[in-house]
Amino acid sequence: MALERWFRRNKPTRKEEDNSPAGLWLKCDGCHAQIYRKDLVANRYVCPECDHHYRMPVDARIDLLADAGTFERWSGHIQAQDPLEFEDTQPYTERIEKAQKKHGRPDAIVTGAAELDGHAVALVVMDFAFLGGSMGSVVGEEIARAAERAAEEGRSLVAVTASGGARMQEGALSLMQMAKTTVALGALAERRLPYVSVLTDPTTGGVTASFATLGDVIFAEPGALISFAGPRVIQQTIRQDLPEGFQRAEFLLQKGMVDDVVKRSALKGRVAQVLKLLTAGLPEPTLEAPRAATV
Amino acid sequence: MPLPFEQPIEDLAAKIRDMRAYASEQQIDLTEEIDALQARLDRLKRDTYDNLTRWQRVQVARAPGRPTGLDYLQHAFEGFTELHGDRTLGDDPAVVTGLATLEGASVVVIAQQKGRDTKENIHRNFGMSHPSGYRKAMRMFDLADKFRLPVVTLIDTPGAYPGLAAEEQGQAWVIAESIRRMSELTVPAVSVVIGEGGSGGALAIGVANRVLILENAIYSVISPESCAAILWRDAGEAERAAEALKLTSRDLVALGVVDRVIDEPLGGAHNDRDTAIALVKEALVEELAQLTHMSGERLRRARYERFRALGRFEAVA
Repeated sequence: MALERWFRRNKPTRKEEDNSPAGLWLKCDGCHAQIYRKDLVANRYVCPECDHHYRMPVDARIDLLADAGTFERWSGHIQAQDPLEFEDTQPYTERIEKAQKKHGRPDAIVTGAAELDGHAVALVVMDFAFLGGSMGSVVGEEIARAAERAAEEGRSLVAVTASGGARMQEGALSLMQMAKTTVALGALAERRLPYVSVLTDPTTGGVTASFATLGDVIFAEPGALISFAGPRVIQQTIRQDLPEGFQRAEFLLQKGMVDDVVKRSALKGRVAQVLKLLTAGLPEPTLEAPRAATV
Repeated sequence: MPLPFEQPIEDLAAKIRDMRAYASEQQIDLTEEIDALQARLDRLKRDTYDNLTRWQRVQVARAPGRPTGLDYLQHAFEGFTELHGDRTLGDDPAVVTGLATLEGASVVVIAQQKGRDTKENIHRNFGMSHPSGYRKAMRMFDLADKFRLPVVTLIDTPGAYPGLAAEEQGQAWVIAESIRRMSELTVPAVSVVIGEGGSGGALAIGVANRVLILENAIYSVISPESCAAILWRDAGEAERAAEALKLTSRDLVALGVVDRVIDEPLGGAHNDRDTAIALVKEALVEELAQLTHMSGERLRRARYERFRALGRFEAVA
């Protein structure tokens, strides 16, 4: 193994484009080994050498969780407006159009119905590549609709989060998506339908402070950055170095904030197991004659 | 200390004061001149305050001397009794909670509290709450539900505190929980943004049936300074960011984020605290009167629908 790795390091010098999706080789962020990109993809975007979990594209995530051929897309029929006529270094409308062209979807989210090990679920998967997975009106609305439709159809909800937080370009309306997504989860709770959230790298800001952390069960992927305020903001506030591993999934497990850190290879099984157990509760109590008193 | 754009107003007011002093000293009648200057001052105030830029409103929202949460609790309400502590971690001074009456009716009150001077500001962490503060608020929501007491929250925070301990204790988790808990209240809830409505830290106690805002208060997804630092990589662009974020009371009504603007006395709440407090009280009494006849289920449903409807999007062509 060691010898093999030594040879791998001497493979063709890494070029810039090697880290792009098209590159053949890349140097692992975790162990610095040269890895063949196809191996990485085949291994669900996890380094075959050191188990470093890379961010996973939305479609691959759906393939990972949904039973083959069961995913039926709900999202994609709405797109952002520009209520603030927001312009920073470029107008918001242009930003959105570019992202739409590049990623082939209207916004940073995909939702739909699926079977997960036979369980009827609604899947919500955020797309970090699309404007940092930021939550504006569209993302909020798609999540709310998915939660409500899941409730109507008796499905459990599984949300995979990846987001830099609320989308600044939609101002206070983005902030309100935190409340919107949260209230919509109430529809599931009323029907005692489970909601499992899977926090992936990175999940921060307004997404963490709303629906992402309201799962009945919360799993996190290894090494994922999960925070309210980003590390840089905190560093500026406290003006000292942050402890090793701060705000990473394992740290949050230690602090009691997530139910478990689950490797991608085990994720589907763990989600399915939880869904199975949570949906196997006692039947609703019915009115019954009081038991004869034991004298 | 006047705000920078208030200097001309302050100068003119000083001139009137001097003239009055001179008139009484010299025992001469300058009534006409003083009246003319007074009229000019009123016009100047009106012109200035009617045409504040968004960035100037941010300054008013943060102005020293602006009434804070406790000022309202002590003067708009009667018999405010503070209830301390979250029963788990401690007592967060950045959030003040308790019981009071409003025109004789019992209510639960929750207020974010900035300091009224430097010493208190440090004690209150500049109104930036730790998880403990939100836990305390949630305790109050429980109390309100149990005893069927309407809830009034007063929002005034730069944001939830972004610190080490806050993260360790689950700042994001408590904000999410607080949003959920407040949305499920079965009693009337009214929120007033009295100064700064800073992002999730504000929203955590802002999921009310009616959301009110003072004329010169702001409510935003991010502070203009942080927004500028991210988008222009320069916190000095805060003025531009304030314009772009549309964070003033009128903007927010247009977006549907707030339901009603409470006018401030001319010159801002910091220049006439008593009037500002009276106006807030009046608005609260009116709003609660509209809600008290509603059933718990209807109130909850109304809150669901209010927040569920927020956002702007269009069909994909």
